[in-house]
Amino acid sequence: MSEQLTTRVPGTPGHEVITNTQLSLDVHKLVVRAPLVAAGRQPGQFVIVRLGDGAERIPLTIADSNADDGSIVLVIQAVGKSTNDLVALSPGDRIHDIAGPLGRPSDLVAEGTVVCVAGGVGAAVMFPIAQGLADLGADIITVLGARTADSVVYADEFTALGKLIVCTDDGTAGRKGFVTDALADVLDERSANVVYAAGPVAMMSAVAETTQPHDVRTIVSLNPIMVDGTGMCGGCRVTVDGKMRFSCVDGPEFDAHGVDFDELADRLGTYRHLERQATTHTCRSAG
Amino acid sequence: MTDQPLSKRARMKIARQEMPSSDVRVRLGSFAEVNLGFTEQIALLEAQRCLDCKRATCVDGCPVSVDIPGFVVEIERGDLAAAARILFADNALPAVTGRVCPQETQCEAVCVLGRKGASVAIGYLERFVADWARGQDRDSAVAMQPSGRRVAVIGAGPGGLTAADELTRRGHAVTVYEALHLPGGVLSYGIPEFRLPNEIVQDEVRRLEALGVQIECNVVIGRTYTLEQLRAEFDAVFVSVGAGLPVFLGIPGEGLKGVYTANEYLTRVNLMRSYAFPDADTPVLHGDRVVVIGGGNVAFDAVRTALRLGARTATIVYRRGRTELPARVEEIDHAEEEGVLFQLQVSPLAIEGNEDRWVTGVRCVDTELGEPDESGRRRPVPIEGSERVIPCDTVVVAVGTRANPLLTSSAPNLEITDRGYLIADDRGMTNIPGVFAGGDIVRGSATVILAMGDGKRIAGMIDEYLCATEVTVNSKPSASTVATESESQQSLTDAVPSVGAQQ
Repeated sequence: MSEQLTTRVPGTPGHEVITNTQLSLDVHKLVVRAPLVAAGRQPGQFVIVRLGDGAERIPLTIADSNADDGSIVLVIQAVGKSTNDLVALSPGDRIHDIAGPLGRPSDLVAEGTVVCVAGGVGAAVMFPIAQGLADLGADIITVLGARTADSVVYADEFTALGKLIVCTDDGTAGRKGFVTDALADVLDERSANVVYAAGPVAMMSAVAETTQPHDVRTIVSLNPIMVDGTGMCGGCRVTVDGKMRFSCVDGPEFDAHGVDFDELADRLGTYRHLERQATTHTCRSAG
Repeated sequence: MTDQPLSKRARMKIARQEMPSSDVRVRLGSFAEVNLGFTEQIALLEAQRCLDCKRATCVDGCPVSVDIPGFVVEIERGDLAAAARILFADNALPAVTGRVCPQETQCEAVCVLGRKGASVAIGYLERFVADWARGQDRDSAVAMQPSGRRVAVIGAGPGGLTAADELTRRGHAVTVYEALHLPGGVLSYGIPEFRLPNEIVQDEVRRLEALGVQIECNVVIGRTYTLEQLRAEFDAVFVSVGAGLPVFLGIPGEGLKGVYTANEYLTRVNLMRSYAFPDADTPVLHGDRVVVIGGGNVAFDAVRTALRLGARTATIVYRRGRTELPARVEEIDHAEEEGVLFQLQVSPLAIEGNEDRWVTGVRCVDTELGEPDESGRRRPVPIEGSERVIPCDTVVVAVGTRANPLLTSSAPNLEITDRGYLIADDRGMTNIPGVFAGGDIVRGSATVILAMGDGKRIAGMIDEYLCATEVTVNSKPSASTVATESESQQSLTDAVPSVGAQQ
């Protein structure tokens, strides 16, 4: 936390987009001015972003930040209307609302070897955790998965922090196959102290299954549907060790071996039929 | 307007005036307000019913002690500006309380007319005056001597806004921190438009901003700043964060798709305007058969919202009986008019779903009412063999809220109860000097007006505290820069453009 309360930049309301860089076909990296968030954020925390009037509130991990210039980094995969609207922003455009930093900071266990497993855009969720661990002197091995070579993001950043193993579904970069295969090999080779995972629910679930027989502590960063991000709506509830927990205030990180991944995956599908409607509606109004 | 004062007899002959309301068929097609408000003529008749009692019991019945006979007499005289001045002097949000207060258990419950007949419709008259005032240029810029003291208010709900109003009027510089993107708290995210149009709430917020109140949205105390940081920067802090964490039933099936808390359901519809989806981006499930579990105002807001979203059936499931329903009588009446179904003395056991984990029904059991429990209400006892399933596709759980640990977990020195509520003394002060608290975060889930009552009362205590203490924090070099910068800023919310009256 900063020494004194950071105040907003006077002038036009909202948060200025400083840069928008396309990292892959559908993943963009936005650097946005948000001094209040940049001042105190810690690895593992996220923000709730609302582009403007009528827009959704969506949770996004703070991939990085710079307290000196008051900027934060958001990595966004364009999957629905709201994320498509965000990746379409140009430098100088404004995001009306950014609330945060939200969620509990990562529990950084920096002793011995730490394996960081990330899939797809989960790389941006994992990066601040890995960075935090590296700052504490951990020996980091990152297993980074993607569909194809073109969709690998954050490879250079992870390389700077330790050993990197890239896996692609089609073998166009690194190993061909799933991150769990590479993870199993790593765990067979050496004893890891802790495994972190972020990415699609199926991947996190598979990571939990892979580490279970090795008896390695495994921490996952969950991504359920959220509205307010402050514990008020209960929409982000997940079952961990048989108990109901709220991802926004109790998480987003939980012990992977206790998470009910089936429920999480299922609940993420609540609005799938309506998401299509939102996207076609946009296409119609745009056309 | 009358030449001669009416006799008491003549006054008592006038029947209580009915609130004009929109046709049920019109209501169900929109979120427009149901109660249409008194006309000036109806208001005059109703005002003439007031006996202007020497000992006005109604004032004692009001948590913010509005001078009720005072403003009602001005309505009768036709001086609505005077009525508004009297009303606003005691109540920061009369357009809100005139709509959502449970008058039947407060001011109107102790009106002397109520002993033999119907009480004066105080709530409707309050709303009438407040709505009239909305259309006027109000002299909100009360001349005041700046005290040089700065107060942080956490939470822009009814309690926080009321405290901000009181403190500003006493010359203190107030900054309100709001976690959401829109001020108003439960008035904005919770209470639906058909009961309290959001425009009215934002109008009141704009009035406070014009008065000089600074509102900072998207700031989550406990995350963006800690309480300790605020205490170091301000001369006093008022914690009015409400009891925001939803309570679940703890029965099987609450993780199924189609199960909402009332907080989520109402937030999606009210704050995020998902009724307009896909024109607004936030979706909500439009259930065909909706079951709402609970019997309070929030449950009724949810069930009536479901009807407006097109539900074929919308059912209240409540484990006690009709007389125990905690909701306002008017909400229950409106719900009945609108076709809400009631399953009373029915207790939910489990929410059932299909193989795709969508809700298919609520397994329930009938209850009979036994001995009173610790709340004083008769305890519902399940009747053996009465189990059955109420088929539905959407379930809204509206069984209350509890303390949100977000702020307290970041303030380890702050004393809390074992249920996470703040402990405050008679003055509303917590164990941390200069940190005050009121509303639901101290008293547990209650009403808008009780939170406002706390806001008003504790603002007075904060004022006393500030007058009795030396200015210390403002002498710190770090604080002065913050003050200057923040005073030069504009509010960030679109719905609440700063009126630029900070100075």
